[in-house]
Amino acid sequence: MNGRAVELVASLREGDWRTAADQLLQRLQNAWKTLVVGVPYFWLLIFFLAPFFIVLKISVAESIIASPPFSPLVDLTEEGIINLKLVLDNYAYLWEDQLYIDSYLNSLKISTISTLLCLLIGYPIAYAIVRSSPTAKNILLLMIILPFWTSFLLRVYAWMGLLADQGTINSFLIWLGIIDEPIRMLYAEFAVYVGIVYTYVPFMILPLYANMEKLDITLHEAAADLGARPFTTFRTVTVPMTMPGIVAGSLLVFIPATGEFVIPDLLGGGNVLMIGRVLYNEFNANHDWPVAAAVAIVLLLVLVIPMMIYQHIQSGETEG
Amino acid sequence: MAQQPDYSDRPWLDPNATPFIRVQAITKKFGPFTAVDNVDLDIYRGELFCLLGGSGCGKTTLLRILAGFETPTIGTISIDGADMTSVPPYERPVNMMFQSYALFPHMTVERNVAYGLERDGIAKAEIAAQVNDMLSMVELTPFAKRKPHQLSGGQRQRVALARALVKRPKVLLLDEPLGALDKRLREQTQYELMNIQDRLGITFVVVTHDQEEAMTLSTRIAVMDVGRFVQIGTPTEIYEFPETRFVADFIGSTNMFEGRITENGADHVRVRAEEYEADFYIDHGMSIKEGTKVWVAVRPEKVEISKTAPPFGPNQLKGVVRDVGYLGNFSTYRVQLSNTRIVAVTHPNQRRPARGEHEVDWDDEVHLSWAASSAVVLTK
Repeated sequence: MNGRAVELVASLREGDWRTAADQLLQRLQNAWKTLVVGVPYFWLLIFFLAPFFIVLKISVAESIIASPPFSPLVDLTEEGIINLKLVLDNYAYLWEDQLYIDSYLNSLKISTISTLLCLLIGYPIAYAIVRSSPTAKNILLLMIILPFWTSFLLRVYAWMGLLADQGTINSFLIWLGIIDEPIRMLYAEFAVYVGIVYTYVPFMILPLYANMEKLDITLHEAAADLGARPFTTFRTVTVPMTMPGIVAGSLLVFIPATGEFVIPDLLGGGNVLMIGRVLYNEFNANHDWPVAAAVAIVLLLVLVIPMMIYQHIQSGETEG
Repeated sequence: MAQQPDYSDRPWLDPNATPFIRVQAITKKFGPFTAVDNVDLDIYRGELFCLLGGSGCGKTTLLRILAGFETPTIGTISIDGADMTSVPPYERPVNMMFQSYALFPHMTVERNVAYGLERDGIAKAEIAAQVNDMLSMVELTPFAKRKPHQLSGGQRQRVALARALVKRPKVLLLDEPLGALDKRLREQTQYELMNIQDRLGITFVVVTHDQEEAMTLSTRIAVMDVGRFVQIGTPTEIYEFPETRFVADFIGSTNMFEGRITENGADHVRVRAEEYEADFYIDHGMSIKEGTKVWVAVRPEKVEISKTAPPFGPNQLKGVVRDVGYLGNFSTYRVQLSNTRIVAVTHPNQRRPARGEHEVDWDDEVHLSWAASSAVVLTK
C-alpha cells in the first residue's frame, strides 16, 4: 500500500465514509443538472445552428443549373485533391444591386415604425390590464390571445376584405356619404402597417404585461408624494421601470416584422418592397439559391448586430 | 399642577394655541366598509404624534388621507391653516416615509434623495449641496452612488428618511418607520428619529402598531380601534390612566378584575370583586353609582409579590406561582389565584439572588398586593 491509500483507509476508518457518500451524491446531482440544461441546448444546436450553417454554406456557393441548384462547397478533383470553393460574389451582388439595399432599408423602416405603433398601442393596453380587477384581467388577457386561435392567413385575408377598394370600410364610408370614391388602402404601405401592427401587437402587450405586473404601486405614490405630477411620475418612474418589458416587446415585434413575407405579399401587393418578399422571389422565381441564402445571412446580421450592441451597453450599465 | 402654566412643550393644553394639522369629521368608506369613522384630531406644530392601533383599525388610512393618497368620503383636512382636503399629493407640503421605503430601485441613493428637489425645479448645484447635507446627516455619504438593492435594511430606511426630509416638509408622515428593522437597530433609530425631529422642528405623524415604539417616540398618542379614536393623550396618560379596557389591554399588559362599586367617596372608591373574594380601594374619586359594574386594572409591575402576608387591608390577593420568567433585569411571574384566574406580576431584580436561588420560585404560595394609587377603575 502506498501512502495515499493508507491515508484513505485511515480516513474511512475515522468515519469519513459519510462525506464520501455526500460527495458522490453531489456529483450525481451535478450530472443531473448538466443533463437538464444540456438537452435543450443540444436541441437548439441541432435545429438552429445546423440549418444556419447549411444556409451559410449555400450563400458562398455558385448558382448552377442542377439539383440542388448550387455548387458543392468541397469537391474531390480527379487527381484526388480536395478542392474548397468559397464564392463571395453573392454578397458583392447584394451591394451592387440597389434593389437589395432599398429592400433592406424599407423593411427596417416599416418594422421600426410598426414597432413604435405597437408600443404606442400596446403600452396603455398592458397598463390597463395590470390595473384591472383579477377577473377582468383574465378576460382581457384571453382577448389578447384569442386571435391566435384562428389561422393567421385567415386573419390577413379578412383584412384584405376590409381594406379593399370595394371592401367593407370603403363601402361603408361611401354609403355614409363621407367619400365619393374609395380610398386606396389595400396594396399600399398603409395596409402593410395595419397588418403588421394588428398581427404583432399581442407580442408587445404580453411581455409588457409580465413586466408591469411586478411594478410596485407605492413607487408611484412615493413619486407623487415627492412632488411629481402624474406625467412626470410616468416619465421618471414608470418608463424606466418597465424598460425591460419595452425592450423585450419591441424585439419580439421588430425582428419578425423585418423579415415578414406574408403580410407585405398579400396586403402590400407588388407595391411594397420588403426583404422577405425579395428573398422569396430569389428562391422560388429566380431559383438562385446562393443569392437567396446571402440575403438571409445579411438579414440575420442586420438584426443580430444591433441586438449585440444593445446587450453590450446593458451589461455595461448593470456593472457600473 | 403648575401655578404658571408653561405650554411650550404641551401645546395641546394651551387654550390659545392654533392646531397645525386639523382633521375635522373625517369619514372614509371603501364600499360598505368604514375604515375611518367620523374622527376629529388636532395636532400641533413640532409634535411627534403617534397613531397607534392594531391592523385594520384605520390608522394607515388616516395617514394616507393626510398624504393625499385617499380622499375622505366626508370631512376636511387643513395643514398650517390651508385647506388640503382636495389638494393632490404632489402639491401638499407633506412628505411620507413608506413602510416598504418605496425607494426607486433604478436610481442611486443620491438620485433618490434628489428626486423631490428636482421636481421643484431647484438649481442643480443647490440640489447637490442639499443632498450632500442630508446624506451626511443620516451618515450615508459613502453610499451615495449605490443602488437601493446594494444597501442593508437599516441603510435603506435612512435613505427613505433622507428622501422624505430633504424637502423640509411641514409635516413628515411615517408609516411603521421601524417595522422592518431588528431590535437593536430599532432602538438606535428611535432615538435618531427623535433627535432629527427635535433639530429640524418638523411635525411628525407616525403610524405604528407597536406600543413600545409609540411610547418612546411620541409627544402624544392616539389609540385607534375600528376607525375611531379610543383615547388621545401623552404616553404617561395613556399608560397610567387608560380610559377603557381596550386601551389598558392594548398598551402594555394589565390585570383586570371585574367587580361592583360598593362605596363612592369624594376621593376614593371601593370595589368588591365577588369572584375573587377581594375588596379593592382606589384613591381616585369617581362620579359613579354604587353597584355599577366596573373593572379594576392593575399593571403587573405595580403588584408587590411576597411570601409573607402584608398587614390586613384591601388590594390583596393570594395565589400560587405557576410560572417564572427570569429576564435578567426583571422577572415575570404568573400567579394562579384560588379561582384559577392568573395574575401577571413583574418584579425588578434589584439584588443578585443568594446562592443562585430566587426569593420567589415555582409553586410558592405568595401574597399579592398593591398601593391604593396603583390601580384604575374602568367603566367600559
